[in-house]
Amino acid sequence: MIKVDNLIKKFGNFTAVDNISFDVKDGEILAFLGPNGAGKTTTIKMLTTVLPPSSGKIELNGYNPLTQKDKARHSFGIVFQDSSVDDELTAYENMMMHAVLYGIKKSEQKVKIEHLLGFVELWDRRNELVKNFSGGMKRRLEIAKGLLHHPKILFLDEPTQGLDPQTRNHIWEYIKKMNAEEKMTVFFTTHYIEEAEKAADRVVVIDHGQIVAIGTPAELKTKTGKDNLEDAFISLTGKTIREEGADSFGRMRQAGRMGGWRR
Amino acid sequence: MEIIYILWLRQLKKYWRSKARIIGSLGQPLLFMLAFGFGFGPIYAKAGGGNYLEFLVPGVIAMSILFTATFSGLEIIWDRQFGFLKEMLVAPVSRLKIMFGRSLGGATVAVIQGVVVFIISLFVGFKVLNWWLIPVALVAMFLIAFLFTLFGTGIASLMKDVQGFQLIVNFLIMPLFFLSGTFFPLTGLPQALKIVVQANPLSYGVDALRGALVGLSSFGFLMDFTVLAIVVIILLGVTSYLFSRIEA
Ligand SMILES: Nc1ncnc2c1ncn2[C@@H]1O[C@H](COP(=O)(O)OP(=O)(O)OP(=O)(O)O)[C@@H](O)[C@H]1O
Ligand SMILES: [Mg+2]
Repeated sequence: MIKVDNLIKKFGNFTAVDNISFDVKDGEILAFLGPNGAGKTTTIKMLTTVLPPSSGKIELNGYNPLTQKDKARHSFGIVFQDSSVDDELTAYENMMMHAVLYGIKKSEQKVKIEHLLGFVELWDRRNELVKNFSGGMKRRLEIAKGLLHHPKILFLDEPTQGLDPQTRNHIWEYIKKMNAEEKMTVFFTTHYIEEAEKAADRVVVIDHGQIVAIGTPAELKTKTGKDNLEDAFISLTGKTIREEGADSFGRMRQAGRMGGWRR
Repeated sequence: MEIIYILWLRQLKKYWRSKARIIGSLGQPLLFMLAFGFGFGPIYAKAGGGNYLEFLVPGVIAMSILFTATFSGLEIIWDRQFGFLKEMLVAPVSRLKIMFGRSLGGATVAVIQGVVVFIISLFVGFKVLNWWLIPVALVAMFLIAFLFTLFGTGIASLMKDVQGFQLIVNFLIMPLFFLSGTFFPLTGLPQALKIVVQANPLSYGVDALRGALVGLSSFGFLMDFTVLAIVVIILLGVTSYLFSRIEA
């Protein structure tokens, strides 16, 4: 369903994604696990037509996201790591916008929106402007929006970041059900090891833009000789703490500095 | 069609919800009408120009449309900053539809703004020559509005952040506005200035509005509407191209 060959992304002199190759099978749930700044979001952006790669090949549902943008876009849905809702619209209006943009039939729009807003417990607050929502509520809205249409491939960039454990479980159950019932391929990134272990068929561990291991959670444990995935992960990526680069401003500065060092 | 409609509606809702912005944006045109209308009025009349308020009001309407429309095009930069642009750009929808729906919404908002300024002007003392020509005035308003929404959208497609914003206002919008015959008639201008004014599409919008509202026109409706329509068509092409190339 997804094939990636020797994918590279450079920002100036800095290589964010460094020659990675992997594939995701039809109907598989794949976790992209890695510390901050590993290159997870950058990879997702290249897969979803948001960023052009510096080099390498991508195939998505048989299409090239670089040259067949429209066809590729028809194949996937995405929940971004950072906000993609309009703050000055209500939760309901944001959902409706998404429903229309993704061509959901008029007769199904209202039912589906009610179902999903109910699912993330925002139905009662549907008529409030999103700018008045808490961080967790915004996150839930992002997820509800992403699940509104049922694409062949669903990308989730740290979908449950900042949500409480109950909500996280709840959402994963839903995604796994979609995956089982519709054979939807799921590609998600996460820092939570339990999440990767619980939800994913296979895990790709990425660090400093390079893939350090691919395999089922069980395989990774055997490979590293650790008996839980957390220890396996630490043994693969080392113990150093990474600079948090979640906001784009931080990223720019970080990237700027990197450029500066090398010049 | 539904896509164009919902993006159009989004612009209108956002406009309607920002009451502070609406009121704030009416202050400037009102100030122009009062300060210039009454300030220059006597001098203008003495110089044989007639009623200055009548001359000025169509220009002030065009001005408020110019600003509202250009800024609504530039709103793409905010959408980028707040993340909503990604939502539109990765959707399986043609960019042309997105651009068109948004711009139509922005243009509608600008026309509403123009109509509100027009209504205010009636209270300040502006008199319409022929009410039957109001539809012509509305068409002129729409063309100005659409033209500058497209213009703003095109510029915004080239910009990554808000830093260049002030620069654009100072070096593009202000000159367009001051050199459009809003404040002064074309007759008796130095030749060089006249050419500049004639190269400015806003001049034709102001002229059409002035023709429709008070019966004063230097170029004539045919010329006005032809120029406006041609510029709109060119901008539709250029802006679609620029918008199709932006990355989230
Ligand atoms: N537009 C950009 N310009 C310059 N550098 C960038 C840009 N986007 C990302 N980077 C850099 O690329 C590296 C990888 O970033 P990326 O966002 O892919 O990490 P991530 O694995 O998603 O991290 P996190 O877990 O914090 O979300 C970081 O060092 C980041 O600073
Ligand atoms: Mg990330």
